[in-house]
Amino acid sequence: MAYTLPALPYGYDALEPHFDEETMRIHHTKHHQTYVTNINAALKDNNELSTLDVQDLMTRFNDVPADKKPVVRNHGGGHANHSFFWKNLTPNNTALADGPLKSAIEKAFGSYEAFQQAFEKAATSVFGSGWAWLILKDGALKVVTTANQDSPLMGESVVGASAGYPIIGLDVWEHAYYLKYRNVRPDYIKAYWKVVNWEYAIERYKEGSS
Amino acid sequence: MSTTMLRNSTLLRSALRSAVPTTTRVAAFSSSAPIKAQATLPDLPYDYGALEPAISGQIMELHHSKHHQTYVTNYNAARTKMADALQSGDIATAIATQPAINFNGGGNINHTLFWENLAPKSQGGGEPPSGPLAKSIDDHYGSLEKLKEVFNTQLAGIQGSGWCWLVQDNETGALQVKTYANQDPVVGRWHPLLGVDAWEHAYYLQYENKKVEYFKNIWSVINWKTAEKRMK
Repeated sequence: MAYTLPALPYGYDALEPHFDEETMRIHHTKHHQTYVTNINAALKDNNELSTLDVQDLMTRFNDVPADKKPVVRNHGGGHANHSFFWKNLTPNNTALADGPLKSAIEKAFGSYEAFQQAFEKAATSVFGSGWAWLILKDGALKVVTTANQDSPLMGESVVGASAGYPIIGLDVWEHAYYLKYRNVRPDYIKAYWKVVNWEYAIERYKEGSS
Repeated sequence: MSTTMLRNSTLLRSALRSAVPTTTRVAAFSSSAPIKAQATLPDLPYDYGALEPAISGQIMELHHSKHHQTYVTNYNAARTKMADALQSGDIATAIATQPAINFNGGGNINHTLFWENLAPKSQGGGEPPSGPLAKSIDDHYGSLEKLKEVFNTQLAGIQGSGWCWLVQDNETGALQVKTYANQDPVVGRWHPLLGVDAWEHAYYLQYENKKVEYFKNIWSVINWKTAEKRMK
């Protein structure tokens, strides 16, 4: 059984003007598709791993045979991260509603604004390609970053202190923003707040807390 | 914004030749360091549009005036922070500043070398190497075409951001093709002969995700004469 490219839950132009249509189209149909194609090729003879949901494949990273680890890390990670990312975005963005997640953010960072600043700083500071995340780890929320296509789900042995359960995540590879934002990554990061899916984040927090 | 800028001043060009790379000069341990301890953005030896169609003028202008400039600016800030920390004995801050020095200093070095190992066709871009470098390439790889195959395979294999360099072993003189992540510079046992930037910003506006096409096309603007001069 092979992995497939998940459909976007909205049109390619749905996140305009914040995330442009052309980037969404190339990001989904080219970049994400390549990760799917390559993870399938790598795991075609490994039924035990390839039938796992890709997010579960990430948590089972240490069970991957050594010779397959690089490709699972890059392309399995790419498929997992991007599958999460499309759900983590929405054309119907709203402010984070009051509730357990908001309270937990305020507790961990002092205020929602302080959390935003921490997230923006982390996303700006990634040297090279990677992701910024809000994760849940041992009952506490943290802002972390990962390099390349590493997922926080891969665990401490791979991502160290960035290990945890993703609540929101932002792709800061240049392909995620270059066509519209060029070198100005901070503008892209600011635009993210206009498309982040807080309703999905609330679901994730609930799942991660149980 | 204009897409080409003339670089006709011979004074600027000779400054470029002698100034590579400013970041290797020893920094004075003071935040009021002499000017030469600061990095400066080197001028390109050709117009922004001169490398078309291999690399668009739009990319060259952004790559040079924005990306490389940012490495220079951020390196200078990190250098000042590091110098102050070292002078005041604040070891923790000095250590914490190392990644910024590595990343931005490396970015400055790499891009400075890169502009010099590119050239328009009219300035020899794409002309095959000759002399000792050509012989060394044939000895190590069999042919120039075989070297390009090896090089492009490694380029395509880079995950995330990075560079691919043809390097020379400082002890044995042997050639090797090596990839480096992010802005890690070629240091230690090897020195760089020629490099190709595989960061997405180096090609995305023109090639989008089709990086293999960029890797193929860039050979038409590679300045082998620079690589020959870098050989020891």
